[in-house]
Amino acid sequence: MDIAEIHRRLRERLGNIVSPELKVADWSLCDVKPQSIVEVCAILRDEPELAFDCLSNLSGVDRKNDDTIEVYYHLFSYRHRHRIALRAATPRPDPVLPTVSHLWPIANWLEREAFDLLGVNFTDHPDMRRILMPEDWVGHPLRKDFVEPEEYHGISTRRESLLKL
Amino acid sequence: MSTNAIDLDVLRETREGIETEEMTLNMGPQHPSTHGVLRFVVKADGEIMRRAIPDIGYLHRSIEKIAEKVGYHGFMPYTDRVDYVSAMQCNQGWAMACEKLAGIEVPRRGEYCRVIACEFGRLASHLLSVGATGMDIGAVTPFTHAIREREYINDILEELCGARLTFNYMRIGGCAWDLPPGFTKRAIAYLDRFEPLIDEYNELISFNKIYVERLANVAVVSQEMAIAWNLVGPNLRGSGLKYDVRKDEPYSAYPEFEFDVPVGTGERGTLGDSYDRYMVRMREMKESCKILRQALAGIPEGPVVAKVARTFKPPAGDAYVRVEASRGDMGWFVVSDGSAFPYRVHIRTGSFAAMAIIEELSKGLMIADLVAVIATLDIVAPEVDR
Amino acid sequence: MSLINSVPESLVTAKLDEVLNWTRKSSVWYMLFGLACCAIEMMQTGGPRSDLDRFGAVPRATPRVSDLIIVSGTLTLKMALRTKLLYEQMPDPKYVISMGSCANCGGLFQLAYSVCDGVDKVIPVDVYVPGCPPRPEALTEGLLKLQDKISQERWLVRDPGTDSAAA
Repeated sequence: MDIAEIHRRLRERLGNIVSPELKVADWSLCDVKPQSIVEVCAILRDEPELAFDCLSNLSGVDRKNDDTIEVYYHLFSYRHRHRIALRAATPRPDPVLPTVSHLWPIANWLEREAFDLLGVNFTDHPDMRRILMPEDWVGHPLRKDFVEPEEYHGISTRRESLLKL
Repeated sequence: MSTNAIDLDVLRETREGIETEEMTLNMGPQHPSTHGVLRFVVKADGEIMRRAIPDIGYLHRSIEKIAEKVGYHGFMPYTDRVDYVSAMQCNQGWAMACEKLAGIEVPRRGEYCRVIACEFGRLASHLLSVGATGMDIGAVTPFTHAIREREYINDILEELCGARLTFNYMRIGGCAWDLPPGFTKRAIAYLDRFEPLIDEYNELISFNKIYVERLANVAVVSQEMAIAWNLVGPNLRGSGLKYDVRKDEPYSAYPEFEFDVPVGTGERGTLGDSYDRYMVRMREMKESCKILRQALAGIPEGPVVAKVARTFKPPAGDAYVRVEASRGDMGWFVVSDGSAFPYRVHIRTGSFAAMAIIEELSKGLMIADLVAVIATLDIVAPEVDR
Repeated sequence: MSLINSVPESLVTAKLDEVLNWTRKSSVWYMLFGLACCAIEMMQTGGPRSDLDRFGAVPRATPRVSDLIIVSGTLTLKMALRTKLLYEQMPDPKYVISMGSCANCGGLFQLAYSVCDGVDKVIPVDVYVPGCPPRPEALTEGLLKLQDKISQERWLVRDPGTDSAAA
């Protein structure tokens, strides 16, 4: 199905939650209001003509200059072989998004990764805790203003230059 | 040994009067059977597991953050380490993502060289997977065979690019070096030697009664479950869905080759069990040999790399590219802000989803089956943790 | 070790130290501690072409029965604590080979926030094998250097009050 047609349908059903601009590309991108991402995803997954049954990717991007953290959702449909990308921008001081893990179970781990590395909080998530970093790690490493700690449990993270004799 | 998922309620009824308690066992991170440093907290009722909770992050090397520090060209060696068992496809994924951002076209000979390198990498990766599956199940002999075959493939790839494991062969815009003289002859000699051996390995293990009983009907994944959990590659094809990025969204020189996409058929058990996933890999090796023969025979003349500036500055934007790596389609998401350093790189791998689904699949399996499940889902630790 | 001519009765004389060290170095059992890419090369080294088994080195699964730990691959901070635990679980005398750039000094991951720059920050290392990943020949040379090191040790000393190993 044509992506412009899908975008038109979403605008019809949801109005201003979906932005009017659609950046047409291989994975056409459209912006979505962050609080209503679940409704958009539910329509995309459940309508038989859209049938986006696979969440291919969920990435967070830290836009320090715009003071937002954007989360990209790349959706793919195995039945109809069409694809779309959604983008939800949350305010950087307090990034909160509703979870989509009840729609696609893989979102459980992908959202945990976004939380761990970027600090995005997903409400109603069944298991919101760190996944890649140790449990007692402080800070969110992929943020642009992340500062590496001096040491971790007694292991120093500083190494003097190997060139010094 | 029956390997069907056992109904825990039935089991409880038959053990009336006996007090049992749930054990919590720790498996890993150093364990000979987990493929790398993976940890499972297994809650088991005797031999039967209630849940196996994965704990990852022991190989998290912050590859995505390093991309923001080293630049586009400098990131190529790091992509080898994302999946070191089949490093060529990772190289290709990164190169394709950058080429998409900047609109660079790769010369045809470069595309053919890429396909040759990737398919040899796929052979090596599937060999290791099949060998490791055998070793985890208990059959130690196929592992030595697989390692021996990998040595020959390592020799061929070493001729091509100088390294045995982490190749760093591709560049943005093509490949680093052309095929050396005599390469085609040696590669075809190897393929002539290797293709009959696939049948020999099949006879050795795949139709062996013990092997079949260990793998058939274990951890059945239905098609809907596979799609919802974003399983990709041989894991998805083992559940019966015929989808391969090389065929359905062709990239590089793949449209010019004829090859088949093997799918699981539930031949020895249920559709979507571990045996199906394992057989898909064995059959894919044959298809890779087919592609290699076509590529080596029909490679055109010309340059292998397009002209790309030394300081690569793509226009601002984002690109999401998927390549068919050995473990399924690998998604490379690159965001550029117009400078010489990537703004954000995210790699979505097949093993990440495979690791996530294990918690769901492990309910009712035996602990020995957990090892078979990890092996047939072909999980490698660097893909999970990056 | 010296052989007295080639008498049919094959009499061998040697120092007791040398014989002990010869037996110990010819059966160094290493623990399968493959962390990352170097683990694949370690498996290839144990494979048919460059066989580690001919030096007596057999892979073992647990630290309790192994003499040698080959740290092959990148050590992350999360894993470093467990590595220390595994090293302490090994019985004496134990040796450590640090295989690959990542285990030597952090390698190409020195820019990372979650990587421990070198395994020698956590456990003492005997032999460093450079490479990324080191070829099987390089790892074999590392093992041979370790065998040289073992053959220099002296465990039998007259005075029981002093330390037993003067390496």
